[in-house]
Amino acid sequence: MTSATHPAAGTHESEKPEEDDAAPLLEAVGLRKSFGPTPALAGASVSVRPGEIIALMGPSGSGKSTLLHCLAGILVPDAGVVRYRGTEISALSETRRSALRRSEFGFVFQFGQLVPELSCLENVALPSRLGGMDRRAAERRAREWLDRLEVADLAGKRPGEISGGQGQRVAMARALVTGPRVVFADEPTGALDSLNGEHVMRSLVAAAAETGAAVVLVTHEPRVAAYSDREVVVRDGRTRDLSAEGGATGGAARER
Amino acid sequence: MSIGHTLLGLLEGGPRHGYDLKRAYDERFGQDRPLHYGQVYSTLSRLLRNGLVEVEGVEPGGGPERKRYAITDAGITDVEQWLGTPENPEPYLHNTLYAKVVLALMSGRAATEVLDSQRSAHLRLMRELTRRKAGGDLADQLVCDHALFHLEADLRWLELTAARLDQLAAEVRR
Repeated sequence: MTSATHPAAGTHESEKPEEDDAAPLLEAVGLRKSFGPTPALAGASVSVRPGEIIALMGPSGSGKSTLLHCLAGILVPDAGVVRYRGTEISALSETRRSALRRSEFGFVFQFGQLVPELSCLENVALPSRLGGMDRRAAERRAREWLDRLEVADLAGKRPGEISGGQGQRVAMARALVTGPRVVFADEPTGALDSLNGEHVMRSLVAAAAETGAAVVLVTHEPRVAAYSDREVVVRDGRTRDLSAEGGATGGAARER
Repeated sequence: MSIGHTLLGLLEGGPRHGYDLKRAYDERFGQDRPLHYGQVYSTLSRLLRNGLVEVEGVEPGGGPERKRYAITDAGITDVEQWLGTPENPEPYLHNTLYAKVVLALMSGRAATEVLDSQRSAHLRLMRELTRRKAGGDLADQLVCDHALFHLEADLRWLELTAARLDQLAAEVRR
C-alpha cells in the first residue's frame, strides 16, 4: 500500500556530493526479514546521517522494532544490506557485530534493561567494564554520566528501588557512557507518564546534541516523535520517508 | 478566549492602566496573538458601561491611556461565575480530514497519501512547538503542551484511520 516511492539506494548517492555531513552514517537498503512464514520487513530502507535524530513510527506489528534490530546489528536481515560507515554490517560475524554494538552503539529500551542485582553506578559502568576499562575509570565515567542525567544521587541504589523515570535516565546514562555514534531507543518513554517521558526525551536530545550521536528512535507516540528531526513511517514492513521524497517535511527537517 | 473576563481577572490583582493591562495580557496569554490597543480600550469601555470596572484615577494629559481602571464587586462576581462555568467541550464531529479520506477512497485515489501528508504536516508543527517549549519559560511550556496534546490526538486518529483504511474502503465503495 505504501511502497509506491521508496528511498532507493540511488537517492542517497545523489545526495552525497552536496556536503559530507549528508553522507549516511548508517543505512539500510531493501531489508527483508521473516519470522517463520510472517514477513516482518518487506523491503525497508532508511538512512541516518551523523547527529541526526530519526523517528521510526508506525502501528504495532508494522516492523519498526525489527528494523531497529537490523540497523543495530542485533538481527541479520534475510535480504538487503545494512551499512555502518560504509561497512556492510549485515555480512559481519556475530562476534564482530557484537564488538561493533559495544563500541559504537548505545541502547535504551522500554523497560527491564538494568541488571537488578547491580547498583545504578555498576549498571552504568558495565559497558565500559565489558570494553576492558578498569573498574575505577569505568565508575568515574559512570558517575559523570549519572550526573549529566541528573540522577547522581541514585548511584548506590538498585534498579528495584527507583522509579520508572529514574530507571530510564540511568539506562540512558548506560547507553551513552561509551560515547556511541548511534543511540537506539525503542519506545524509551513507553512505560512513563507524560512528564517523566518529557524529561527522558529532553535528556536524550540534549545528550545526543552534546556528543554528536545520532539517535534512532522507535515510538508510536507523536509527542515523542516531535523530538526527532525527521520521521520514517513503517507500515506492513515497508518504509516511507516523506522528507527523502522531497515531500512536505523536506526543508524544515534539517533545522535544529 | 473571552478578553473581557481575562482583563477582569488581571484587574483582580490591583488597578492598572490600559497599557499595563495590554502588556500583562500579551505576556501571559498573548502567545502568537497580542491584543490591539483598540481591543483593549473598547473592551474596557464595555466593562465600564456594565459596571464591572470603574475609573480609579486619571493622570493629567487626558486620553484613554491615562485612566487607571479598577475592578468592582460586580466585576469580581462576574469573574467568579466565569471561572466556575465549564467551557463547552468541542464536539469535533465535523472533520475535514475525515471527509478528505472518504472522498479519496470513493474516487479511487490513494487515501494513504492524504493521511501521510497530514501526518507530516502535523509533525512539522509539533517539532516547532517542541523546540519552542525547550527554549521557553513554564508558561510557554504549558501553552505549547496544550497544543501538542491536541495535535497528538489528531495524529492518533490518523494512525487508527490508516489501520482501518481497507475496511473503510470496502464500506465506502459499497
